Amino acid sequence: MSQTLTLDGKSIPFNDGETIIQAATRAGVFIPHLCYHPEFKPHGSCKLCTVKVNGRQTASCTMRAAVGMVVESDTEEINAERRALTQMLFVEGNHFCPSCEKSGQCQLQATAYHLGMMSPHYDHFFPNRAVDASHPDFLLDFNRCILCSLCVRASRDVDGKNVFALSGRGIDTHLIVNARSGKLADTNFAEADKAAQVCPVGVILPKRRGFAVPIGERKYDKQPIDEIVAEGK
Amino acid sequence: MSEKKKLKVATTSLAGCFGCHMSFLDIDERLFTLLEHIEFDRSPLTDIKHVSPDCDIGIIEGGLCNAENVHVLREFRQNCKILIAIGACAINGGLPAQRNHLSLAAILEEVYHTSPGLTNGMIPNDPELPLPLDQVHPIHEVVKIDYFIPGCPPSADAIWKVLTDLLAGREPELGHGLMHYD
Repeated sequence: MSQTLTLDGKSIPFNDGETIIQAATRAGVFIPHLCYHPEFKPHGSCKLCTVKVNGRQTASCTMRAAVGMVVESDTEEINAERRALTQMLFVEGNHFCPSCEKSGQCQLQATAYHLGMMSPHYDHFFPNRAVDASHPDFLLDFNRCILCSLCVRASRDVDGKNVFALSGRGIDTHLIVNARSGKLADTNFAEADKAAQVCPVGVILPKRRGFAVPIGERKYDKQPIDEIVAEGK
Repeated sequence: MSEKKKLKVATTSLAGCFGCHMSFLDIDERLFTLLEHIEFDRSPLTDIKHVSPDCDIGIIEGGLCNAENVHVLREFRQNCKILIAIGACAINGGLPAQRNHLSLAAILEEVYHTSPGLTNGMIPNDPELPLPLDQVHPIHEVVKIDYFIPGCPPSADAIWKVLTDLLAGREPELGHGLMHYD
């Protein structure tokens, strides 16, 4: 690994074919992200991992590292834009943290903490999205979906089941279940599926396991997300 | 040495549960230190009915679920130099806003007419009662809010941090551990 790029003034080594976020993560530098997951092909849709490469904005999860690149990530300007994107995600869905089982282990919430999001700033949409409780072991609460597509990729690429899909376009994009009835109970979705474990927010939740760990003692309550990712946990 | 003029602080709970006020009282002995710097204006703690026109800080708990909430919020904005939204409900509507996907008529119907155990129920219609809004809204959607203290409720330490930052003339900041949405 003799090749390096510069990230926020620091020299970061990388291997051929690696993206900026992969190189940064291995070097212990946190770049905020929601739709990126190290085990999956990048989707490049949430734009939270946006960095400036040689002065131009690009998603660090899709941009390959190259020799001599000058990358800016942890700057006031870029973090303000990341915060605005996060605020939009909060107002577009129904994110009521105090009554969400995922609170404290939610990547959206932890990222918002990291970015210092004190308020949602924008006007709330308060969309009307029905919950799917048809499956005996799992609950789908679409109110919290941020369209990261991780469950879509996990089910299709790892489980080979294609249980989930994103449907519609633009502001009408929404998560659907691939069954004639549209219900999770009418698919072969199972607890052992990768798709059952990748949701970064509180959409795909196992039933009958509420509040096993009390609020205040959960993953991101104990340590901020930037430290957890930087330490490779 | 002449005594520094105390800052006037007003507080209220709109569509909230007073949990944030309870958490505020949880600063315990630090209230005595705080009272060296502030005096309470309109607040459930004083029972003063209206905000003084020269109020320095207004602290608002709860979102907006009826016409009176909006009226009180506007009175606070008009008379306070700095307005602080405290708690999940003021910031995103919170628990009361979880009625927002239902029609108000259907809610009133179920609560007063069709719930089990109700006989001869009637929907309250006294002119003294403020009319409910069709949806519950966070307060920043109606007036400008200067600072936010998230949490359900925010911890006493988080409230103390923001107030002491403000009293010291610093930009309030909650780091990891004090910043909570739950």
